[in-house]
Amino acid sequence: MATEINKQLGDNVFLTTIDAAASWARANSLWPMPFATACCGIELMSTAASKHDLSRFGSEVMRFTPRQCDLMIVAGRVVMKMIPVLQRIWLQMPEPKWCISMGACACSGGVFDTYAVVQGIDRFLPVDIYIPGCPPRPEQLIKAIMDLQDKIKKTGTYDAREFKLRILPDGPKRFDEDELVRIRERNGFKLDEPKYDPIH
Amino acid sequence: MTAATNMKEVLESKLGGVSLVWSAFRDQNRVAVPVSHIAAALQTLRDAGMDQLVDITAVDMLEYPGATDRFEVVYLLLNTTSGERLTVKTHVNEPELKLPSACPVWFGADWLEREVYDMFGIVFEGHPNFKRLLLPDAFESFPLRKDYPVKGRGERHNFPIITRAES
Repeated sequence: MATEINKQLGDNVFLTTIDAAASWARANSLWPMPFATACCGIELMSTAASKHDLSRFGSEVMRFTPRQCDLMIVAGRVVMKMIPVLQRIWLQMPEPKWCISMGACACSGGVFDTYAVVQGIDRFLPVDIYIPGCPPRPEQLIKAIMDLQDKIKKTGTYDAREFKLRILPDGPKRFDEDELVRIRERNGFKLDEPKYDPIH
Repeated sequence: MTAATNMKEVLESKLGGVSLVWSAFRDQNRVAVPVSHIAAALQTLRDAGMDQLVDITAVDMLEYPGATDRFEVVYLLLNTTSGERLTVKTHVNEPELKLPSACPVWFGADWLEREVYDMFGIVFEGHPNFKRLLLPDAFESFPLRKDYPVKGRGERHNFPIITRAES
């Protein structure tokens, strides 16, 4: 019986899982949303332009509305005033969605260690791929997108249930200022409002 | 130089008896006016031809060598006809961080004064729309003050965290 079916169908039929089929389709049709705030945005544009041509890798259409995107590329520094906007844009994107943190500033704040600049978007948003560099070369962004495609193909599921497991924040632990005060008191350090606080 | 001397005469005749401190550096003329007379001084200068307010800014003189006042507010004025410039300074101290607004004199003072308030916390009374310009309204500190730590007081971390399972 099996040989009879084989004879009739031959090489015309593939067997796969729905998860793998869905992930394969999703990985090769990533629609990026460029959240470009600084010089990394120029590299992002260059990546999409003719010389590097991101569309060769199945990540063709940049959309400027989050409702039509499934990949957010945060390129550049994000200030504290921008974080509510960024979070809102992220929540507006339909599932399944992924996030690439591009460049030193988006990953960690970069050289901008000031009161206004967020020290890495992963403190407030889930990030899938980090790209180091200041700014990263277009090749690095292309590699990141290929890595993300790999990740989607390997871990993606039809109903996006792999995301349900990520219940903990992706970023570093939030700094507990009370703990700092306790450490100082333990060491006999008086905390009577120093003029230049070396820790902050 | 003649034009600046002229400005000096105009200001001193109008504000008789007020101690104005004049100084000059490489053709840049500066005058320090007491805070009680800054509104009259600015109006006088505007009437005398200083028709453009280039900038309003402030300096925090905390721990500055030899400084007697905490904040120095600086007005940069320009006469667009003669090209003459004048720097007007005034000094304010806590807790009376108040100045009369220059908006009735030059309307361009609107955003400049809001920026000075945003960064230094100096209040300009009589401003038509007085609120923060650059920072969020909920921000409580004034970051360009010298006693404000450069990394902030935790404002940049005070946001909700979105995990992947929730979004």
